Amino acid sequence: MNKVKVGIIGSGNIGTDLMYKIEKSEVLEMSTMIGIDPDSEGLKRAKTRGYTVFSNGIEGFLQHPELADILFDATTAKAHDYHNQVLGKLGKQVIDLTPAAIGPFAVPAVNLTEHLDQPNVNMITCGGQATIPIVHAICRVVSVEYAEIVATIASKSAGPGTRANIDEFTRTTARGIEVIGGAKKGKAIIILNPAEPPIMMRDAIHALVEEEGKEKEITESIKKMVTKVQEYVPGYRLRTEPIFKGKRVSVFIEVEGAGDFFPPYSGNLDIMTASARKVAEEFARKKLSQLQKQ
Amino acid sequence: MAHLTVVDVTLRDGSHSMKHAFTEKQVRSTARALDEAGVPYFEVSHGDGLGGSSLQYGFSKVNEMKLIAAAKEECQQSKISVLLLPGIGIKEDLKEAVQAGADMVRVATHVTEADVAKQHIELGRNLGLKTVGFLMMAHSAPTSKLVEQAKLFESYGAEVVYVTDSAGALLPHEVKEKIAALRSELGVDIGFHGHNNLSLAMANTLAAIEEGAKYIDGSLRALGAGSGNTQTEVMIAVLNRLGHQTGIDLYKIMDAANIVADYMPRPQEITGASLILGYAGVYSSFLLHAKEAAERFQVDERDILVELGKRKVVGGQEDMILQVASELASKVKTFI
Repeated sequence: MNKVKVGIIGSGNIGTDLMYKIEKSEVLEMSTMIGIDPDSEGLKRAKTRGYTVFSNGIEGFLQHPELADILFDATTAKAHDYHNQVLGKLGKQVIDLTPAAIGPFAVPAVNLTEHLDQPNVNMITCGGQATIPIVHAICRVVSVEYAEIVATIASKSAGPGTRANIDEFTRTTARGIEVIGGAKKGKAIIILNPAEPPIMMRDAIHALVEEEGKEKEITESIKKMVTKVQEYVPGYRLRTEPIFKGKRVSVFIEVEGAGDFFPPYSGNLDIMTASARKVAEEFARKKLSQLQKQ
Repeated sequence: MAHLTVVDVTLRDGSHSMKHAFTEKQVRSTARALDEAGVPYFEVSHGDGLGGSSLQYGFSKVNEMKLIAAAKEECQQSKISVLLLPGIGIKEDLKEAVQAGADMVRVATHVTEADVAKQHIELGRNLGLKTVGFLMMAHSAPTSKLVEQAKLFESYGAEVVYVTDSAGALLPHEVKEKIAALRSELGVDIGFHGHNNLSLAMANTLAAIEEGAKYIDGSLRALGAGSGNTQTEVMIAVLNRLGHQTGIDLYKIMDAANIVADYMPRPQEITGASLILGYAGVYSSFLLHAKEAAERFQVDERDILVELGKRKVVGGQEDMILQVASELASKVKTFI
């Protein structure tokens, strides 16, 4: 056995894109998709591709827990609370893509190895995945008093969940900037742009650093970080060189999606599923190496 | 003749022109004068709404909650409005503003994105505020879209829905068409917020009133983003001549305008760059940021604004100004 079986809870856009991403993994085996709507596009596609599907939610999976050891939850914060309880009892590892944030925050390029034994990790937000690595890259050179990010995404790629809970985005992202990014104070802003053709996800990261004069080191650190994120999000790139003005640093990035299930402009959705896959792969590698030792 | 409700936005839209540096003293003196003139509502917030204090838009010199509370203390009759842009401000900001003295909230979204405002509109109603939906950049969407989005605001509980000409790009016949469509499709009151980038703020306001708008915005000495708004004191004079009722005393509102004249950093004249905002359909608060970026990167501010218009940027995307300026600058270099 050289792959770990994984399941996806939630057969919406995120769940479906994850399925395609997992299929390309060397250490994850796509096994089951768990939904509540038998007519959903995600469940239909999963069934066609030969995976076990459940349309009666987590209860169905609980009858067949051997089908997956790592589960992605792409449902809602409320549903995730319950999923986490029952899956925790079974010793499953859960990667949470909802705003529930029960487990610690995970940003692969920053703290990937810190939480390999956690039963539950949270993927923060798309804006968080795109910007926290940059905040961290600045923080490892110089102390950051304040960091602020502005995520602009195409209207078409902001789903009903994001729209109904837009405050969750700003609050959770701001917390991630502080807790994982390392800024003393964080702030997040999200803008939806309806332009046609849809725009790529763009993020601005503005930071106030404690001391001036580290421009070269900061730029170098940021570029290294971008390369690291590109390992799991190939469409992640700097739009321009970082711009410095006194203690202020501004960094502009763009995220183009891999186009697995979402159109390429939906970099915001792609970076969530790509980051979640990256975390699952590390979970899997650790499980596999433990099995080898036994 | 109509009874109109005037909302003065000097202490909010003017925040852009003041680079968000209103002092408590300025706010107190302006608030007192607005109150004495009988203005029913005036708005106090960061230019980009509650929570707008940021590197992206500019930090507030004085915390807006403190300014709201100070304004409230000066009022015998006027009520205080706050602006909230979901995605920038959050519900907690609104709760705090209510503690400080806000009586009205205007929840603003881009003209196509009203559904991000549901929670905030509902919160406004639950807190007992006069709750208004504000559809920004109204020039950028067809009237059918505007109506669809306005209906969303109405369904969430908004008591007034505004056509907001953030770019100062609308022409009077377009204002008429939009207001008339909303009047026939919605049950709630309709409002209009103009910008004077094409010298049409007053004409557009009158066009809106002709079609039945009941809420109209203005700012003293036109202190607002871009070339500013419909000039409140002039609007009161014009409305008096037309026989409309606003409950506002003309001389006293002119006195209030004199207070603003004392502290405003520059007259709200229509300059080349602010004209271009209206011409290219760009969010008015981009003006001063574009000026700064133009100086920094040695490019023409008009080129920046025209390029932003082409890229269809929306309100709040100030980060694009620096990016576009730096891209234009590197193009120039390549030509050399």
